[in-house]
Amino acid sequence: MAEKVLMKGNEALAEAAIMAGCKHYVGYPITPQTEIAAYMSKRMPKIDGLFLQAESEIAAINMVIGVSSSGHRAMTSSSSPGISLKSEGISYLAGCELPALIVNVQRGGPGLGGIQPSQSDYFQATKGGGHGDYKLIVLAPASVQEMVDLTFKGFDLADKYRMQTMILTDGTIGQMMEPVSLEKGILNEYDKSWATNGTRGKRERNIINSLSLDAQELEQWNINRFEKYKVIEENEVMYEEFMMDDAEICIVAFGISSRVSKNAIMEARKQGIKVGMIRPITLWPFPKKALLKAADKVKAFISVELSMGQMIEDVELAIKCKKPVLLCNRTGGVIMTPDEVLEKIKEADKIGGND
Amino acid sequence: MDYKILIAGFGGQGILFSGKVIANTGLMLEKEVSWLPSYGPEMRGGTANCSINVSDNQIGSPIVSAPNVLVAMNLPSLEKYENDVDKDGFIVYDSSLIAKEVARTDVNASKIPATKLASDNGLEGLANMVILGKVLKETKMFTLEQIIKSIEKVVPAKKQELLGKNVKAIEIGYNY
Repeated sequence: MAEKVLMKGNEALAEAAIMAGCKHYVGYPITPQTEIAAYMSKRMPKIDGLFLQAESEIAAINMVIGVSSSGHRAMTSSSSPGISLKSEGISYLAGCELPALIVNVQRGGPGLGGIQPSQSDYFQATKGGGHGDYKLIVLAPASVQEMVDLTFKGFDLADKYRMQTMILTDGTIGQMMEPVSLEKGILNEYDKSWATNGTRGKRERNIINSLSLDAQELEQWNINRFEKYKVIEENEVMYEEFMMDDAEICIVAFGISSRVSKNAIMEARKQGIKVGMIRPITLWPFPKKALLKAADKVKAFISVELSMGQMIEDVELAIKCKKPVLLCNRTGGVIMTPDEVLEKIKEADKIGGND
Repeated sequence: MDYKILIAGFGGQGILFSGKVIANTGLMLEKEVSWLPSYGPEMRGGTANCSINVSDNQIGSPIVSAPNVLVAMNLPSLEKYENDVDKDGFIVYDSSLIAKEVARTDVNASKIPATKLASDNGLEGLANMVILGKVLKETKMFTLEQIIKSIEKVVPAKKQELLGKNVKAIEIGYNY
């Protein structure tokens, strides 16, 4: 195992991307993700790669379309308002079925919002964001180590399915330092014979395109893509179960909220309350089966999230509203304290009960 | 070992760096550690703070909301965080900048004129390291040797001439 070093989440993610063979990064600075761009600007020239600060987020995502079309691993990163700007390009990537890694280090919104951590882009990330019928694979790291591991995973899934992967993280995970082992992760080679990288007169030209004026054809493209999404939903769900064996209450939380929840769970356990957590690592595909299974066992769920309540809708859908789902949330850049989560656990503990 | 440390003061006092030294020493000793800075406008001349966890156990939240070690390097920080400190926790503050006593009686409070000691010894700007020395002495979090070894790693190669000064500053705080 590589020696552990202290690194910021943003920097660890950037280094992992380079280790995963990404030699093209195009971005535009915005707090709290600027360290990714800064790190790339230092490192890329040294490995003969490309760092390009585009004139805007919109330009950056369109350059990603270009890089990806030529068969190279392409990446961009931003924070919430910048991701909104990129959404048009993301929809084009989806329509063209081009692999790409998009990183969103979320901050409070809507609008220009603030610069403190948030998870209020959950809907945007998991339900599309741009126009048209499409999904992104959405990965939610909860530690600096996962910033590394999920970057490898993200590129791999993107290439494997010709999909767009989004790493949905937040200002806290991006800015904090933790010991991290910069291990090489999955480095599979995938067929990219679809790439528009020059025929050299030896093959038919490839066309990458999201436009079809033939409605039947466009419908078929969407149906085909959703067949692929079905395979991903079947095979690529990732989640962590924490103290769920005897749990009567199930917290659902990702990223920084799951870290705060862990403190609350430990404290509640000390007080004799049986609470555990299912932490989605993939937000899409969402761990529906694991939650539905838990619904037969626990008396209540708590969705802990930094938004006005977005993931809670997916929790309710996943468990088919079999059990009550409480919401423990802060937003606008404020992070809930472990005590606030603990209070919500106590409230959930009163539900149904043993009376 | 389960330290939840909050260092707070003005931007520019080296708050984040002293936190980094602590986190690095923890890493060197194979503890679980996390380091989280305040970021954004706060850093630019306003208040700055830094949450550090050093523990034998896996760390949940990297945010320290109830510290058992508070290091206050200006008055607003002491006033803001004094009441958040765990019972029996430690408060160490710079008495050259804070002309106030800690009101709480259920914590271990100690003061050191860190900024003055630094400037008296030609170590301007190293009050953060002076106070860190005092923190070590009070909490026994690490030994002096351990922290010096860690500083050797944290100080960048280009700035090795600062190494001696940092070590001297810590020793002054430790022996105060």
